[in-house]
Amino acid sequence: MNKLTSSFRNLFLSLSAICIISGGILAAMNELTREPVAAAKKIKLENALQAVLPDFDNSPAEEAYWAPLPAGDSLKIYPAKKQGALVGAAVESHSMNGFSGEIKIIAGLDISGKLINYKVLEHSETPGLGSKMEEWFRTDKNRQNILGADLSQTTLKVTKDNGTVDAITGATISSRAFLAAVNRAYAAFSGVATDASSGATTDASSGATGDTKKGGEE
Amino acid sequence: MKSLKILLNGIIRENPTFVLLLGMCPTLGTTSSAINGLSMGLATAFVLICSNAAISSVKNLIPDQVRIPAYIVLVATFVSIIQLLMEAYVPALYESLGLFIPLIVVNCIVLGRAEAFASKNNIFFSLLDGLGMGLGFTLALTLLGMIREFLGTGKLFGLLVYSDAYGSLLFILAPGGFIVLGYLIALINKIKTKD
Repeated sequence: MNKLTSSFRNLFLSLSAICIISGGILAAMNELTREPVAAAKKIKLENALQAVLPDFDNSPAEEAYWAPLPAGDSLKIYPAKKQGALVGAAVESHSMNGFSGEIKIIAGLDISGKLINYKVLEHSETPGLGSKMEEWFRTDKNRQNILGADLSQTTLKVTKDNGTVDAITGATISSRAFLAAVNRAYAAFSGVATDASSGATTDASSGATGDTKKGGEE
Repeated sequence: MKSLKILLNGIIRENPTFVLLLGMCPTLGTTSSAINGLSMGLATAFVLICSNAAISSVKNLIPDQVRIPAYIVLVATFVSIIQLLMEAYVPALYESLGLFIPLIVVNCIVLGRAEAFASKNNIFFSLLDGLGMGLGFTLALTLLGMIREFLGTGKLFGLLVYSDAYGSLLFILAPGGFIVLGYLIALINKIKTKD
């Protein structure tokens, strides 16, 4: 078969045909993978929730809602309930002040504001330095471990900022951003906790103001 | 005989990474570990094989003046397919390769082989060329990933070989990638000139 000549009609027809066929294939592919993609995302979220929440018997993913922050942002909260009573919540928090952009975490808090566990969902910190945060802040060494910290009493800060947490060696900026994200999680959650256990007076603004201040320092 | 020559061409004589020096961006960006390098190589190989075969089979239906946009649309289709498949079935890998998967579209190897080979040869040879080039790219990326991972973290395919406390961070970062790549190219050149 001879090659088609470059007449306007041929150009138009061949490009259109290729685009239509490609579009059709992609639409079919998208349809085909829609369920597995959704399932994979759901499993990931559920694993994260299992890891950071206390025992629960509801489905936090379905009862999730957005809680406003005093600073004007809002974070997604996954409430954990046991026999109808709130026992804690997982908060999807983030900080834009990482060494290379956004750090997304999920933090599990119990009703009194104690940090149960955390998981880093997304980050682009330097491999080998900032990327250590997933392990670093749960290691029992010097003052690294932040698990169990009562966020209603303290705002987490690195020792360089007169805080109580050892920053990752060589990655103070990543550490600051990570801790700010944890504090923000509590700030969003504290409104909920105050409603539920009426009396746990907490300073909801502490985390958020800490965050903006750190933003200024960098 | 000719088929074998075409297949080996991409793996050794015209290895896309070590000899043609094409596709440097994903090469340096994804080879911080052996498994990432291997999967990036395989994803690119899939796209290469499919696009080579598709372009070779429709080459006479595409007028010369619109061949580049037509090729790009075809390549982008295959890249989107592999991206969707990875997102659905290997989400962890999809996340660690991230941005580099859509970037296969503009990988010069893919368009380069379409233009230089698939548009001039029949489907069978184009398939072989895609396979050879894809394997060559995969081998190069895996090798690079293995060396960088070994020197940088003391691991090989995620398994600890020696204490990671002795790993040199440099090799995980971009400069280490350039250094390892330079030495590998020198080595390949030495072997080639001997022949």
